[in-house]
Amino acid sequence: MTATREETPRLYRRRDDRLLGGVCSGLARHLGIDPVVARLALLALAVGGVGLAVYIALMLVVPVEPETGEGAFPTGEESVRRKGRDISQMLAYVALATGLGLLFLLFGGVLDPLLWFLVFGALGGTILWQQANPAERDEWVASTALRGKAWLRTGVGILLVIVGVIGFLAFQQQLHEARAGLTFALTLLAGIALIVAPWIVGLVRERDRERRERIRNQERAELAAHIHDSVLHTLTLIQRRADDPREVQRLARVQERALRSWLYQRRTDTETTVSPALERVAAEVEETHGVPIEVVSVGDCPLDEGLHATLQAAREAMVNAAKYAGADTISVFCEVEPEEVLVFVRDRGAGFDLNAVPADRMGVRGSIIGRMERHGGQARIRTAPGEGTEVQLRMPRSPAAR
Amino acid sequence: MPDAGFPGTEGAGRVHGVGEENTFANGRVPRVVIVDDHRLFRSGVRGELGDAVEVVGEAGDVDSAVRVISEQRPDLVLLDVHLPGGGGVEVLRRVLPKHPEIRFLALSVSDAAEDVIGVVRGGARGYVTKTISGKELADAIVRVADGDAVFSPRLAGFVLDAFAATDAPPVDPELDRLTQREREVLRLIARGYAYKEVARELFISVKTVETHVSSVLRKLQLSNRHELSRWATARKLV
Repeated sequence: MTATREETPRLYRRRDDRLLGGVCSGLARHLGIDPVVARLALLALAVGGVGLAVYIALMLVVPVEPETGEGAFPTGEESVRRKGRDISQMLAYVALATGLGLLFLLFGGVLDPLLWFLVFGALGGTILWQQANPAERDEWVASTALRGKAWLRTGVGILLVIVGVIGFLAFQQQLHEARAGLTFALTLLAGIALIVAPWIVGLVRERDRERRERIRNQERAELAAHIHDSVLHTLTLIQRRADDPREVQRLARVQERALRSWLYQRRTDTETTVSPALERVAAEVEETHGVPIEVVSVGDCPLDEGLHATLQAAREAMVNAAKYAGADTISVFCEVEPEEVLVFVRDRGAGFDLNAVPADRMGVRGSIIGRMERHGGQARIRTAPGEGTEVQLRMPRSPAAR
Repeated sequence: MPDAGFPGTEGAGRVHGVGEENTFANGRVPRVVIVDDHRLFRSGVRGELGDAVEVVGEAGDVDSAVRVISEQRPDLVLLDVHLPGGGGVEVLRRVLPKHPEIRFLALSVSDAAEDVIGVVRGGARGYVTKTISGKELADAIVRVADGDAVFSPRLAGFVLDAFAATDAPPVDPELDRLTQREREVLRLIARGYAYKEVARELFISVKTVETHVSSVLRKLQLSNRHELSRWATARKLV
């Protein structure tokens, strides 16, 4: 069925998505319009009698679309699909056709203005009644941008109803007789509106104000709860541990980071991409070992197995730096490039002699170099006694994750 | 990534590009105005800076900041990003056109991209966070007062991110792209290297590193790259 993907699909009667002969849905696809539009248009024509002829002609002339590509569907499935014709939609069209036909019979032609005033009235009524549906009304009122649209709809609905009613009366030659009554009714309505309107407006305003107040109170309560659970708690702890500067600093850092992420960061799933995952690893190491770790990331990409290993290696490097380097801060830089991910863990601490590390020490060789190489990456360590240490990790990105 | 010569260990600062020499070009200490809405923080900074700078004024909001700066004509203004009355950006907007010779160093607790990029595009020549030590701050002040730029690793990271290659062709290639060298310098700064260490790593002079950083700063302020505009509009400035 390659024809479906062409710019303008060829005119076929459709097998799927058909109500009768598939003429309308086929036509709709051919013309690039909604099938409902095609059906309504044909229905409208059918009222005049032309549509029926067109439909039958098309049904005879236009071929059914060929069977779908590779082999015919199993008959069981096909029959299910046939049954899948939407009965309720079908009923709606039948009802519409009957209604139009009746109107046609009653008024003797589409050109009769009376018919059109009836249609106007019905349309306006439909619009107005739709507004009464609470779910939909809420959706309209929910955002102020749409509120204007809701008013517009109401206005159009009212206008249509008025035009329909007055027009109907006028063309029934009853307007003349009804005028006195109408004037009376309108005046009465206007009077009631004048009396009631301020009250309604006030009610609406009051409700809006209450709603805003409620939202604000909720936010305030949430903020208070957050501050209480985090900042106040930490401040209490700090006062208690005032004699231990290292612990005080650690508490302050932990609190600062928590508050920062609460204030500035968009909520991201820490487990799916590199950058937040690295931040989390750094935060954990910092918390355990009490050395501040600054993480700078450029770019981001989804985690895969190799990158999980990279994170593990980076954690090991951070732990080593925090434990042995004696530096007062650790810098971590992560850059996601199209081909690979680079992570640098750097301290300006004691450094060490790489060759002096015994071969059986798992830390550097196993956890960092070995782990990276097992996953197709690379690790390099630049250090010398008194020179600080930089661990460079390099992991190619898997083609699937790019 | 080049891989030669391990950089030295001097300057254990968190903000790099500082921590080298600490003398103002014309031999006197820079005159500084501190603008921050927390009085406690202002006096803290004043105390930490000690004799390294001469604090000639303080201000706690935009209006008083503009007044004090215009009266004192300091060499440098330490500018908080979040200020009542429009923020540090508003101070920049009102002072810089009249006194383009005054340098601004932004100081903030926030390291959100729109704050950092916003205030640098507003005209600040550097950005440091308030966790910086007194010594580092003094060094950064001298460097900025001398006309150089101070990039923290985080700012370098943001810039790399903002100038990352996109498919969209640059409107102005001169301003919308970083050169390979500038990129290398920024990468090293983001990795936590001091200017001196960057210079050693790339076999160039510290002066050249400063030139590259200043050039990046210029691009940061003048380019209309989408990412930069986005961050800037997030701070309600264009």
